Amino acid sequence: MKVITNTGDYVLLMLRVFTKPQKGRIFWQRLLDEIQGLGIESIGIVAFISAFMGAVVAIQTAYNIDSPFIPLSMVGFTVRQSVILEFSPTVISLILAGKVGSRIASEIGTMRVTEQIDALEIMGVNSANYLIFPKVVASMLINPVLIVLSMWMGILGGWLAMSAFGLVTTTDYVRGIRIDFQAYTIFYALLKTLFFAFIISTISGFYGYKTNGGALEVGQASTKAVVVSSILIILFNLVLTQLFLT
Amino acid sequence: MIEAKEVNKIFGGHHVLKNISCSFEKGKTNLIIGQSGSGKTVLMKCLVGLYEVDQGKIIYDDRNFSEMNFEQRKNLRQEIGMLFQGGALFDYMTVEENVMFPLNMFTSQTKEEKQDRVNFVLTRVNLENVNWLMPSELSGGMRKRVAIARAISMNPKYLFCDEPNSGLDPQTAGVIDQLIKEITDEYGITTIVNTHDMNSVLSIGDTVAFIYNGELWWQGNKNTILHSDNKELNEFVFGTELTSRLKQ
Repeated sequence: MKVITNTGDYVLLMLRVFTKPQKGRIFWQRLLDEIQGLGIESIGIVAFISAFMGAVVAIQTAYNIDSPFIPLSMVGFTVRQSVILEFSPTVISLILAGKVGSRIASEIGTMRVTEQIDALEIMGVNSANYLIFPKVVASMLINPVLIVLSMWMGILGGWLAMSAFGLVTTTDYVRGIRIDFQAYTIFYALLKTLFFAFIISTISGFYGYKTNGGALEVGQASTKAVVVSSILIILFNLVLTQLFLT
Repeated sequence: MIEAKEVNKIFGGHHVLKNISCSFEKGKTNLIIGQSGSGKTVLMKCLVGLYEVDQGKIIYDDRNFSEMNFEQRKNLRQEIGMLFQGGALFDYMTVEENVMFPLNMFTSQTKEEKQDRVNFVLTRVNLENVNWLMPSELSGGMRKRVAIARAISMNPKYLFCDEPNSGLDPQTAGVIDQLIKEITDEYGITTIVNTHDMNSVLSIGDTVAFIYNGELWWQGNKNTILHSDNKELNEFVFGTELTSRLKQ
């Protein structure tokens, strides 16, 4: 029952969010601020995790190739496929759900409990549109950029690990990366990223906006935003994979 | 003038406002008083439309607010200024940006005109050289004054103040009261103040409405309140050592 009520409230809120901004200049200014806050400030963590995850995938693959019939270039191939198809779009989106989602929910939730949202409403501002819409647009613009960065860093991390430990030569690794490459996989990964960015920003905005109470409730809203966003990312990952890769 | 006509508000079976009818006069400081939990904040939120009334009407100068659509309310709200209990200043903006926000959103003034207006209203609330401070750097009284400056920046016809003195020392509370009174008189605003501070009642209460258990229990002004024989009102007004001595 609560799921149905929440879904209804979410749809009603989104109807208020997706309207024309009241003042274009202020929207663009807020959009740039959100790109900075939600995207640029996430570059470090995305690059760090991606590089190390790419390195681990490469090392595990290299150590598991026992048969002399399997070429070492398979290491590069495996890193590329796992990073582009799943690791970057899905796992990094889950990490962003934690970092960005909790930030959005706690920021809007705090504004709610300190009556800043009421102040916006009293002035005649559509607070849902003013607060959430720039975050949704910013996430959908910057997350694909972060995911492309993650792909590069993952593959680079794999190469650095192979070179450092002398497991696979650069020539074999690069050959593996280039084997049977299909550009469609990049398109598929970025399409998933857009869906996930929408989920993270709108779900977190929803839980922040409907916060009621004090500091405790802001924390609860933040946790719910991360949990629900993560569950929906996992569910939609299955649906989108089935739709676009089969 | 703002009128509430037979206003009822129910939260989950709890009848918070019961058939409240009262009017708030233009150019006067109209006070709503009552104990905590009596329903005065709910009444104020119904008046400004933050809560929808379950029954009854809210009328702003012959305009039925309760029947307005979102766009009509948006236009009316540009005539409303509100001072919230905690100030409700936007944390991520400086004092100047806070006060300029409504001007940026709803006017097509030039940057110089907006800057002049901001400086004027900040000076009016006795705040100078604070333009670039963040809300977190201000004292409680300064926050309230910035919030008043923001509320009057658009020249509102109606000013709502929710517990303007809460958390302030008596002297600063007196300054805020006088500021509200002066602004009301100066610009002929219809001002509604929600309070349980008896100093405010006795110093600025042109009209006073006493809410008791969600009902309008008594109406009068700062002069008649001291001589009322209403039992619940007397218990509320003379409930402290200081005010009971005043009565004696």
